[in-house]
Amino acid sequence: MSPETLSVIDLHVSVEGKPILKGVNLTIRRGEIHALMGPNGSGKTTLGLAIMGHPRYEITRGRIELDGEDITQLEPHERARRGLFMAFQRPVAIPGVRLADFLRHAVSNVRNPARKEGEELIPMREFRKELKEKMDLLRMDAEFARRYVNDGFSGGEMKRAEILQMAMLRPKFAILDETDSGLDVDAVRLASQSIAEIGGRQMGLLIITHHERLLEHNPPDVTHVLLGGRIVETGGPELAERLHREGYDQLRQKYPEAAAEEAALAGQGKQ
Amino acid sequence: MAEKVDVIGEINKYDFRVDERYVFKAQKGLNRDIVAEISAMKNEPQWMRDFRLKALEIFESKPMPTWGGNIDIDFQDIYYYIKPTERPGHSWEELPEEIKKTFDRLGIPEAEKRFLAGVKAQYESEVVYGSLREDLAKRGVIFVDMDTAVREYPDLVRQYFSTVIPPTDNKFAALNSAVWSGGSFIYVPPGVNVEFPLQAYFRINAAQMGQFERTLIIVDEGASCHYVEGCTAPMYSSESLHAAVVEVIAKRGARVRYTTIQNWANNIYNLVTKRAVAYADALVEWVDGNLGSRLTMKYPAVYMLEPGARAEILSVAFASRGQHQDAGAKVIHAAPHTSSRIVSKSISKSGGRSSYRGLVKIERGAKKSKSNVVCDALILDPQSRSDTYPYIELEEQDVMIGHEASVSKIGEEQLFYLCSRGLTEAEASTMIVAGFIEPLVKELPMEYAVEMNRLIALQMEGSVG
Ligand SMILES: Nc1ncnc2c1ncn2[C@@H]1O[C@H](COP(=O)(O)OP(=O)(O)OP(=O)(O)O)[C@@H](O)[C@H]1O
Ligand SMILES: [Mg+2]
Repeated sequence: MSPETLSVIDLHVSVEGKPILKGVNLTIRRGEIHALMGPNGSGKTTLGLAIMGHPRYEITRGRIELDGEDITQLEPHERARRGLFMAFQRPVAIPGVRLADFLRHAVSNVRNPARKEGEELIPMREFRKELKEKMDLLRMDAEFARRYVNDGFSGGEMKRAEILQMAMLRPKFAILDETDSGLDVDAVRLASQSIAEIGGRQMGLLIITHHERLLEHNPPDVTHVLLGGRIVETGGPELAERLHREGYDQLRQKYPEAAAEEAALAGQGKQ
Repeated sequence: MAEKVDVIGEINKYDFRVDERYVFKAQKGLNRDIVAEISAMKNEPQWMRDFRLKALEIFESKPMPTWGGNIDIDFQDIYYYIKPTERPGHSWEELPEEIKKTFDRLGIPEAEKRFLAGVKAQYESEVVYGSLREDLAKRGVIFVDMDTAVREYPDLVRQYFSTVIPPTDNKFAALNSAVWSGGSFIYVPPGVNVEFPLQAYFRINAAQMGQFERTLIIVDEGASCHYVEGCTAPMYSSESLHAAVVEVIAKRGARVRYTTIQNWANNIYNLVTKRAVAYADALVEWVDGNLGSRLTMKYPAVYMLEPGARAEILSVAFASRGQHQDAGAKVIHAAPHTSSRIVSKSISKSGGRSSYRGLVKIERGAKKSKSNVVCDALILDPQSRSDTYPYIELEEQDVMIGHEASVSKIGEEQLFYLCSRGLTEAEASTMIVAGFIEPLVKELPMEYAVEMNRLIALQMEGSVG
């Protein structure tokens, strides 16, 4: 595998013993934008969390490679330090921890992957300056960095804070999980533009979305459709457009097996 | 990993070597002669001597508390008085490497380190802070150690001493009354606002306060002050009992904040009675952080005696292996339109135990009073324990009372979130714990806040994985 790629190979993932992903394959080169689509509950978030190494998402088969190296067994912090990032669909609140303090630790670790706990942090001045630049770009008030991480943030503020983190951490590959949801019209435009500016062609982006706007500013090179735990179709930007127009029913008819898996999973979920 | 868990805990096991030449050959144990001798050695007036002897009788007549934690003390096996200047000394070089390291890692300045470690018996605080004292003196503020106060301000002391906490209050208050030594005396005249925290500058004295210090603070009408005691460096003592008494009087419209951060060695029983009275529209705030010790029993109290009086009590306890923190708060609403807020946070780790014990009492006639209690416990591992004992006594119906309690573990989702940004699990846990006690830390003077965070990091070391 060439350098500067993120690959998911025959990935099977279970949550609480329940199989969710059943053999996902995907390769993103740095500089590419991939859109990941699929109906609710099809496993998009699961794929992202598995790539980041969430302990509850058990990889039962297959592997994840970064720049040709198997990272399936690495801890989440090691993956982050190698350049992976995920903007979460539902970021969790960390009361009492200021966004700026947290980010300073995060930036120090990611930029100096060998850093151990208690070792030097990135100099305060340098960090503040950069943080301010990025916050200006995202039209965030400087005071916002003094708030506790995601604690009492509005839906839109939360998503913006995720983009801010991406901007500061400058990952090689970023997964954006519905970073456009919960934002008002203007905020979606701003978010889409900033993602284009920050991510642009420097990163490899995997964009999970149900809307068009984000993809308008970040036109995908490749579009994947997840259904029943498998990628059933891969295409170009026109595939995303078609799905936005038509929805998923035609795909379900075309792939009855995957549709059956989807129904089975949904049924299980209801128990 | 388990062996690394408690840097501080491990250090506490070391015994200091004592240089024989400096040891004060006092008698162990407690009786009338010893109490009389303490009084004589301090050149005290008759009334204080009588007070001590009476307190001794009360101490002897009182049973041990039957609640709280297990207290296993042989009162006859303790030295009750050692002259500060004759304290056992030792050289910096003699100190165990671990202790020196702890000081370094807490970022304690060099000069203070030596003092805190007991290497130097006296610190040149007079030289460094002399001008500060002068400034205070000009405005009529009295800030001296309690022994000096008894000699130099007999009228003031006699008027207020033990009026808030009489020896009859509890066994350990009686003990303190009999053998007290050291502590601070503060008087702030009407309308004077002391803008910098007292003792933050003199905190060096904290380590010398000894086992039975006695503090009395009187803030007169419309005046204000913030007193800070203790420090985050572990405090060593050859004796295993610390029984302090702190009395605070906040007159009409006064504001007093009393901040304590203490980190006792693992062999210490830390049994402290702290109480304030608040008159009309006065505000009393206790900010109390307890780390270390074998058993701490401490419930800062505020008696709101007149309308409009307010109380804020913020307490944080961190219990690690072999430690029991029984901490909490007491608020007595004795007048209408009084209000109180209690926030208690506890962290238990490596088999440590922390309890919140609190009393909210609304007396008859204290209409329209308000009280709100929030206690949150964080338990870091299954061996550790946390309990809550909230007591509420209502003699009045026309009041507003709130009580919330929560017990939590460090959330998997929170850990993952932080780790996904490059923090190790240990670093993430420390950050979550620091966030948990942030409500206390943000109330601390800057240098204490910084040390407190370092201390938490130290306590958390090796606790994951
Ligand atoms: N932590 C979990 N515990 C239990 N079930 C889970 C968990 N995470 C995911 N699942 C289940 O896995 C399936 C896929 O969920 P996932 O969140 O990956 O879907 P999604 O494609 O991101 O959906 P959406 O578009 O609604 O965000 C669902 O049935 C969901 O209930
Ligand atoms: Mg999702």
